Amino acid sequence: MSGAHTSSEGYVGIVLVSHSGPVAESVARLASGLAGGGAKAPVAAAGGTPDGGLGTSAELITEAARKVDGGAGVAVLVDLGSAVLTVKALLAEGDELPEGTRLVDAPFVEGAVAAVVTASTGAGLDAVAAAAGEAYSYRKE
Amino acid sequence: MAEAAASVDREAARLTELDSAIGDADHGSNLQRGFAAVVKTLEAEPPGTPGAVLTTAGRQLISTVGGASGPLYGTLLRRTGKELGDADGVTVGELRAALRAGVDAVAQLGGSAPGDATMLDALDPAVEALATSFRAAAEAAGQGAEATVPLQARKGRASYLGERSIGHQDPGATSSALLFTALAAVADEGEAA
Repeated sequence: MSGAHTSSEGYVGIVLVSHSGPVAESVARLASGLAGGGAKAPVAAAGGTPDGGLGTSAELITEAARKVDGGAGVAVLVDLGSAVLTVKALLAEGDELPEGTRLVDAPFVEGAVAAVVTASTGAGLDAVAAAAGEAYSYRKE
Repeated sequence: MAEAAASVDREAARLTELDSAIGDADHGSNLQRGFAAVVKTLEAEPPGTPGAVLTTAGRQLISTVGGASGPLYGTLLRRTGKELGDADGVTVGELRAALRAGVDAVAQLGGSAPGDATMLDALDPAVEALATSFRAAAEAAGQGAEATVPLQARKGRASYLGERSIGHQDPGATSSALLFTALAAVADEGEAA
């Protein structure tokens, strides 16, 4: 895991959780790249297991969330299966993730771009979550 | 927990083999890693009550397993442990009620019900049969796991296989049966002692 950007005050932070380290890293770079010039919301990738395997790591997720937490909330986007369940279980723990952390129901790649672009405008967590979720309604045929 | 870890160790290869048919072939090794961490943590700092043992174990599973079985089993143990509270001793009736809450939490987390070919197909009948005995619970879990063979998987990676998942025993239900068998073995020892 390495964040594409360091944490900045006031922005909603974005955490991208994939079963694969390279997928999470690449989607973080893609989303940050498309967010364009100006100030950008902090993004961190939490992909795969700490030893570089495929899977989900609670440790990497909590690390990433703390890293991007600037006090305005953290939006967590996930890919499948254990990524979804692990984040839900961590949220149920109560004290594992920063206050104001939310699992966002969104497609992984498209949702990540929408979330980072929206968060970079200084929008709040509700707006970031809504923008990411709206990516579901963009049909491709 | 040591018995559970030992039985996961013994059966890890079989669990992974079942998982390689319909999953991503990591169920056995994932659980092995998780339960090894549980045993290590419990040995290092032995909790004072049965409830604390379960919540500590659950937390370890969520942290270390890496697959969906981590948050699912972790939630089962943590929720059950929380229901038991800080009582020094636990009756079978209290354990059964706490396990019921734990199993319900698993169903809610996974968004699934018995019949979906998941661990619930073993956990649910096991908790029901615990009203009779630990042995009956272990047998019910085993039968529940076997009953997943003709079912079509509706959750997790196996669900993408659709009808092709029919004819395979669910790895999660199988490991659930192992855990109830371990519980029964420990309970038998307790009665004999």
